[in-house]
Amino acid sequence: MSVPFYVSPEQIIKDKADFARKGISRGRSVVVLQYADGVIFVAENPSRALHKISEIYDRIGFAAVGKYNEFENLRVAGVRLADMRGYAYDRLDVTGRSLANAYAQTLGTIFTEAAKPYEVEIVVAEVGGTADDDQIYRLTFDGSVADEHSYLAMGGQTDAILEVLEAQWREGLELAEGVRVGVAALSAGADRALDAADLEAAVLDRTRPRRAFRRLGPADLTEILVASSASPPGD
Amino acid sequence: MTSDPMPGRFAAAYLAPGTASFADFLTSTGYHGAVSASVGDLSHSVPHGTTIVAFTYRDGVIMAGDRRATMGNLIAQRDIEKVFPADEHSVIGIAGAAGLAVELVRLFQVELEHYEKIEGVPLSLDGKANRLATLLRSNLGFAMQGLAVVPLFGGYDLHRARGRIFSYDVTGGRYEEHEHFAVGSGSVFARGSLKKLYRPQLSETDAITAAIEALYDAADDDSATGGPDMNRRIFPVVALATADGVTIIDTDRMGNAVDEVVAARRTRPDGPAANLSGGAP
Repeated sequence: MSVPFYVSPEQIIKDKADFARKGISRGRSVVVLQYADGVIFVAENPSRALHKISEIYDRIGFAAVGKYNEFENLRVAGVRLADMRGYAYDRLDVTGRSLANAYAQTLGTIFTEAAKPYEVEIVVAEVGGTADDDQIYRLTFDGSVADEHSYLAMGGQTDAILEVLEAQWREGLELAEGVRVGVAALSAGADRALDAADLEAAVLDRTRPRRAFRRLGPADLTEILVASSASPPGD
Repeated sequence: MTSDPMPGRFAAAYLAPGTASFADFLTSTGYHGAVSASVGDLSHSVPHGTTIVAFTYRDGVIMAGDRRATMGNLIAQRDIEKVFPADEHSVIGIAGAAGLAVELVRLFQVELEHYEKIEGVPLSLDGKANRLATLLRSNLGFAMQGLAVVPLFGGYDLHRARGRIFSYDVTGGRYEEHEHFAVGSGSVFARGSLKKLYRPQLSETDAITAAIEALYDAADDDSATGGPDMNRRIFPVVALATADGVTIIDTDRMGNAVDEVVAARRTRPDGPAANLSGGAP
């Protein structure tokens, strides 16, 4: 007589979580940190076309690690939801909180119902009038949401990255200082000095009139990083 | 709207791969913006916007619109805005049924920004002009009831490094215009004026003056076009699209420019004269 095949729910969840965690930790990392005028995103990403960081709405940005096709799918859904709400109601009615909720529900459903969970971790950040009003939501593969402050790192080698962030981050960093802290942290994770060609960076700058999101191109990054080799921060 | 715009989680349409067009996405979610009602000619029962002028100048394109909306023989609104930034390098002005036109502009603005966010690069200027034609075509049923929307689109073409202007008809026909164009009830008079004032390399200040002169001439002969309202300080909306982006000229600067034009018209009510023989005008 054959024994019926049984796997406990705990085991299924654990296997799925391990699978997703493993996939995410293989990828390159992203750091998100607050600075005086908003939020900085820095990603280790040699591609100029396949972005890990992007604009969702006027005051809202998005960053992700993991499988590109999966987080791209989520990013597009976020842009659609934001534009749909802004068009149906008003631009002011699009909030980071509602987006984070939609992501959480969607990731949660996929994690429990689909055979394979999404191997992604994402951040939805929204800048407010002051640094205290900034909101950073971090969403993991199973749909859990965490409300983050100051700084965070996602992807592989986060221990080494967080060590640097902990040592160098402080409140009220200037833009260039903040970018340098982010790059230093990612360099520690990658175990080599990263330059502009290895990086993708963007900011949500609360001082900009409507669309707060701005990419820092290779030229901007090089300028910031070259200035840092002349006078290293915090030394 | 059949789909909930704020679902607990993303509805299937949101996660479906495919279009970078917001208008197409709206359709796929079952959103019906335009509802056509066959009740004959509505042209006198809703506010209509009137005159928009646009022309190229040294730095790109300038577009200006008067502030009047009419409903039959009434003035429906005296401070309506009919010229808007479409995105960071283009502007749109609208004549025709004001309610539909303003909604068209709102959709067009979202459409351009949506494409830019999804694709990571903005549409080309021709691409933007074509999208506007498609959006406009869906309004044809209304146009047949006297609720036509006639936009004028202008922008700075980053690839060709110059300003360009596009006009439209109600069927969504798209036509590139060279140098200058005008739409709306006062457009014939505005164009007549512009033909005499236009120079390809006008400075920004002179371009603003030429736009005010053209709208002044339109208001002089067309009752549906509003002239500058000196008592309420309501002036035409003027937008510039250049390599640096779109600028809406602020009220103070407009006030000064309009004051100069109006002062000059006190001595010569028909506006600046060409240098010809035959005595003082």
